[in-house]
Formats: sequence, C-alpha cells, structure tokens
Amino acid sequence: MSTDGTTVPFSGVPFSGVSFSGSRPDSVYYFGTCLVDLFYPEAGMAGIDLLKAQGLRVVFPQGQSCCGQPAYNSGYREEALKVARAQLDYFPGDWPIVVPSGSCAGMMKKHWPDLFKGEPDEARAKQVASRVWELTQFLVQVLNVKFEDQGPPVKITWHASCHAQREMGVVEEPKALLRQLANVELVELQRERECCGFGGTFSVRHPEISAAMVGDKVADIENTGAKAVVSGDCGCLMNISGALEGGKKPVRGVHIAQFLKERTHG
Amino acid sequence: MGETSVNFAKASTTALQDPQLRANFRRAMDGLMSKRAVQFADSKEWNAVRALGASVRLRALSKLPELLEKLEANCTRNGIQVHWASTTDEANAIVLSIMQRVNAKLVVKGKSMVSEEMHLNAFLEQHGIESLESDLGEYIVQLDEAMPSHIIMPAIHMNTKQIAHLFKQKIKEAEYTEDVAQLTDLARRVLRKKFATADVGISGVNMAVAETGTLCLVENEGNGRMSTTVPPVHIAVMGLEKVVEKLEDVPPVISLLTRSATAQPITTYVNMISSPRKEGEKDGPREIHLVILDNGRSSIYADEELRNTLRCIRCGACMNHCPVYTKVGGHAYEAPYPGPIGSILVPQMEGLAKRGELPHACTMCNACVEICPVKIPIVEIMGRLRAEAVHPGDSVKGAGSRASKAEAMVWKGWSMTYASPLAYRFATGLLAKLGNAAPTSLPLLKEWTNVRAKPRFASRTLHDLAREKGIPDV
Ligand code: SF4
Repeated sequence: MSTDGTTVPFSGVPFSGVSFSGSRPDSVYYFGTCLVDLFYPEAGMAGIDLLKAQGLRVVFPQGQSCCGQPAYNSGYREEALKVARAQLDYFPGDWPIVVPSGSCAGMMKKHWPDLFKGEPDEARAKQVASRVWELTQFLVQVLNVKFEDQGPPVKITWHASCHAQREMGVVEEPKALLRQLANVELVELQRERECCGFGGTFSVRHPEISAAMVGDKVADIENTGAKAVVSGDCGCLMNISGALEGGKKPVRGVHIAQFLKERTHG
Repeated sequence: MGETSVNFAKASTTALQDPQLRANFRRAMDGLMSKRAVQFADSKEWNAVRALGASVRLRALSKLPELLEKLEANCTRNGIQVHWASTTDEANAIVLSIMQRVNAKLVVKGKSMVSEEMHLNAFLEQHGIESLESDLGEYIVQLDEAMPSHIIMPAIHMNTKQIAHLFKQKIKEAEYTEDVAQLTDLARRVLRKKFATADVGISGVNMAVAETGTLCLVENEGNGRMSTTVPPVHIAVMGLEKVVEKLEDVPPVISLLTRSATAQPITTYVNMISSPRKEGEKDGPREIHLVILDNGRSSIYADEELRNTLRCIRCGACMNHCPVYTKVGGHAYEAPYPGPIGSILVPQMEGLAKRGELPHACTMCNACVEICPVKIPIVEIMGRLRAEAVHPGDSVKGAGSRASKAEAMVWKGWSMTYASPLAYRFATGLLAKLGNAAPTSLPLLKEWTNVRAKPRFASRTLHDLAREKGIPDV
C-alpha cells in the first residue's frame, strides 16, 4: 500500500489528475459500473453518447460487472479480488477506460494495485488500472470538449463525490463543463466538499448518522434555490435524490452525463 | 467468551437526537475548518511542510526502539527519571507510587490524552488524591463529570450558556454570567489557588527529543507551564510513539500541529523541558519523571501498514473535518480518542471484539486523509481493520471476532455472481423485473427508506441498452 494516503488534490490547482500522454485515442472502453447498470442505465447511455458525439468508437464489453468496491470496503478482500479479476479479460486493448463514476474509477485506479499486490496478475491489473479515467476528467483533459447549450434557463447546483475529488483528483472538471452551458446557472453548495452520507454499506449500517448527513446535504441544496442537483456518482445520487424524494422536495437529482446530454442534444 | 462490544450505533443515535449538541458541533467544526484552511491557503507550502512533517514522523518510527533507548539515556543524563509501563494499570501504579513517596494530596494537571487513556483522575481519586484539570476545557469537562469530546478542545460540545450554568451550579463563588472573559477569569481564580498548593504537576508530552532528552509541550493558557514548574514534582506521561530524533525535527512538527489544531502559527506557550531544578536555580520542580506508556502500541508497531497509525501528532484536524464526527460528536465514540484517528487507534488498542464497530463509523470519504498533516492513510487502515475483524489472524487484537457465517456467505454468493457474466446477467435481469416488488420492510431496505424514497430498478440494464443500441462489445 502507499504510505502516502490518497492523492490529495487542492481546489485551486485547476485539473489535478494525471495528464494524458499521447494523442487523442480513436476508441475507448466504457465501464458502466453496477449501480448505473441497475439503477441509472439512462445516465450510463448518456455517457456513451457524449463520447460518441466526440467521434470516438465506444466499446462496452458485455462481460463487465463491478469493480469490487462493495466487498472491498466491507472487509471481504478475497471476494473483491475475485470480481475485480473477472473484469481484466474484457479490456485487452490499450484504449482508455472511461467510467461514469468517480468512486468506481477510484477503486480501479487507486485500490486495484493494492488489491492485486503479490497476485500473479498484478502487472496486468495495474496496466488496466492505469488506463482508467473518470468521465468528466476524460471529457475535459483528453477531449477538451466544448458544449453548446440548447436548453432553457435553469439554476442548478453541483454535488462533488468524495472519491472523485480525493481519489481521482477530479474537482474542477465537472464544474468547468457545467459552466460551458450558457443557460445554466451553477450555484455552488456551501459545503460542496462534504460527504452526503452514502458510504455504501454505511448508509444501512449506520442509517441514523447517514440520515443526518444527507439531511444536512439536502438543506444545503435547498438553500441554493436550485431546481436540480447534478452529481457524477450514482451512489451519492441514489442517496441524495432518495432523500429529496422522501422529503418531498421539488429538486431533481441527475447524473452529470445525463444532464449534459439533455442540454446539448435537445 | 468474548468481550462485550461497545455500542457505537446506540450512542451515536442518542447523540443525534440532541439538537443543541448537533448545532454546537456543526458551528464549531465549520469554524475550525475555515480557520485551518486560511493557515494552509498556499498549497505549495502546505505540500512541502506536510511532506517534511510526515518524513520526520516516519523516520522516528523507522528507528523507534533505538530512539526510545536514546531518549531514556539522555533524559536520565539530564536528571529526568524514566519509567516504562506496558499497560495503563502499570502506568497508574507508577504515578501513584511517586505520589505516595512524596505524600501528595493535590495534583494539578495540564492537558494529556494519555492520562485520559489511563483514566488517571478516577484512579487517583480512588486513592484519596485530588487531581485537578487546569486546562480550561478539561476543567469544564471535569466539573461536568464528563469525558472530553475532542482531543484538542475537550468541551467543544458545550456552548457558553451551558458552561455558564455549569459554573453557577458547581463553583461556590460563581455569579451567573455568559460573558466569556468573566467565566475564564473565574476559572483562573479557582485554579491559581490550587497551583500554589499542589504537591505534584502532571502533563502530557507533544514530542520527546531523543538526541537531547527534551520534553516538548505546546499550550495556550500557561497552565501547562504552571503545572510543570510550580509544584515540586512534575510527572510527564507519554505514549511511546511520541519520540522524534533531533531538536531540528521539532519546529516543522509544531508548525503543522498548531496550524492544524487551532489555526495558530504557533501556540502562546511552547515549553521545552530538559531537566529538574539545578543547583542554584530559583524555580522549577525538584524532580521530573517521564512515564512512557505502551498500551498496545508495540503490537501496532509490529505491523508495517498499521504502524502508520503511530505517526499521529494528535492535532485533532481529522475530527474537525469528519462528517460523521461532526454529526455525532465525540462522546458517541465512548473512547479517549474519537473521530477518524480514534476509529483506527482505539480498536487496535482495545481489540476488535470490543471496538470492531468503530472502523465502520466512516463513509470512507477521505476528508481526514486529505488534511492529516502527517499523511496517515487513515481510510486504508479503516478498511484493513474491517477485514481483520471478520477474518481470524494474529496481527490485530480480536481479529476474526466479528466473523459471521451469514455475512461471509452473502459476500461469497455476491462474488460468484458478479464474477460470472452469465450469472450476473441472470441476476440483474431478475432484479430489473422483480426488484421493485421488494417490500420496504425487508432488512437494509427498511433502513434505507427511513428517510429516503425506495431506489427504483430500471426495467432494462445498461447492458441491455448497450446491446439494443448496437454498442460494440469488443
Ligand atoms: S490522524 Fe492526522 S489529522 Fe488526525 S489527529 Fe492524528 S495527525 Fe491530526
């Protein structure tokens, strides 16, 4: 393991992820993640469409399932390893692997090297991990996308996922994309960097604390007067929009891929 | 047999039901976070000083046995008497025997978390010795017969009004006032009298310098200096990890400590204690004792990954930035060290059977890792302890004590399904069709829907959509 803790980005350093070396690829792999698969497939498709709209060939290996994070964070590393290992076969080319979730991307990029340490396929796992990109990071850093807003005026806010920020170093990229949209007013949360209280199994293991955390997040969102809260991680989104809906708040939770697609493809 | 587990879930739920407590913590932690951010606004400087601080602590840990020997030799040379305690009971007994020898009746204490670990006040009281906390926050907590709720600001869970009521109730000469200056002044008057008559002063140690045999103590109220200079005997207690190699290691660590803890470039007092009163000197204690406590630290040290826990300089910043701590406060942890550092340190000291829930008191958001001035990989250690708790082994006390056949089976089933494309497709297909029919009374779903709407399974998975839209799969 690294004795260093996570890579620590600082807001203020604009884009702190790894910079892409080499030319713009013509193809990318897409790793959809298990939560997107079951709960937010539309958002997953939107991410694919955004990449295709940039002229890329997007490959979605049908054999993929999950990065292994749920078991890993619950202390079942062998089980996590088994699932992570099953993914390796499906990303044989050397194209980048784009993931519409900072948390799953962080699991692959940052934790797979530890998880596979000492295993026969360690080198291969590291090679796959090194190609992982969070979606907005890829759109900004590699593709340098420019969006043209087609939608009506709307006020939104942004929820930053903990792992996107602190494991992938993705802080400014998603907001930079949202700011490209002429009719979208982005009002930042007072505590943008604070966890929403999801934490995977934490949300059901300590439901009261999780509820208090998402309660603070909802209050912060309401204070902005936004009509929608945009996020890049489906775990956060499930938690926050679940709480918004449960509390009958007229604010919509939406994945950034879906939001960007709605705004730019009519 | 097994030790009973301390119920974090219950204690935290109780804490959450106290709106005053929640408001106190929210306000205090918001303030601390923004003040700290100002101290480290220059990210380049932050990265540099942090790297330096981490390297000082890492170097000290890499030579720990050697440095402890050096520290003992140099302290002894300076006239500081060194005592070793492998358990808190032993440490208490050492302190008591010194007190009994000098026939001590009254002790004044500077702030020390190790003494909290030892439950020293209660122990001394049992032996008829009055032990008075002289740090204002600790004094408040002691008057309230409570535990500190934060390692730097022990009474942070209380607001001024609550403290005003407490003083009125517990201090004879007190008039009710909410004026902070007047309250402080009142405490100062009470404490001043005690300093003059105390037989022994007790303090903690922020750092002990091996090469010179110097004990370093930072504080803001002057009470630490009073406790260590006015009474004829000074006893310092420290965890064995608090040693640093050289004098020049002290400034960067102090700078990180005070800026992270209270957003001060330096504290009002920095005490460097190097010997008892010498011939011809007019003040200072006649005797200084240093009690070095292990209490599980050497087993933590034995594991290369877990050893990083011992880098901690006890700045408390991880608490201030922890979204869980901010909600439930320090008392919910029922431990001397709350928050992220407590959630990794306490289970290793006291064992996973008793404290195995603490590593789960965490969403793994990494806010603590981001600001820890000595770069402790807190969340990775959290994950490691979660794994140790459910797998028998010998690297952590109580490893395997939380193993559950049912839970293990669930994860096994999960991994078999998720590692096989066919099984995965079948399972997700089933969930897409039938998942939404699950009643909210089911375990997990019940907890989830307490404050949230039920999650909705999509009728077709992303795999389905990708196939339908002709997205290539190789
Ligand atoms: S773990 Fe790090 S942030 Fe927390 S108290 Fe220790 S040094 Fe400070």
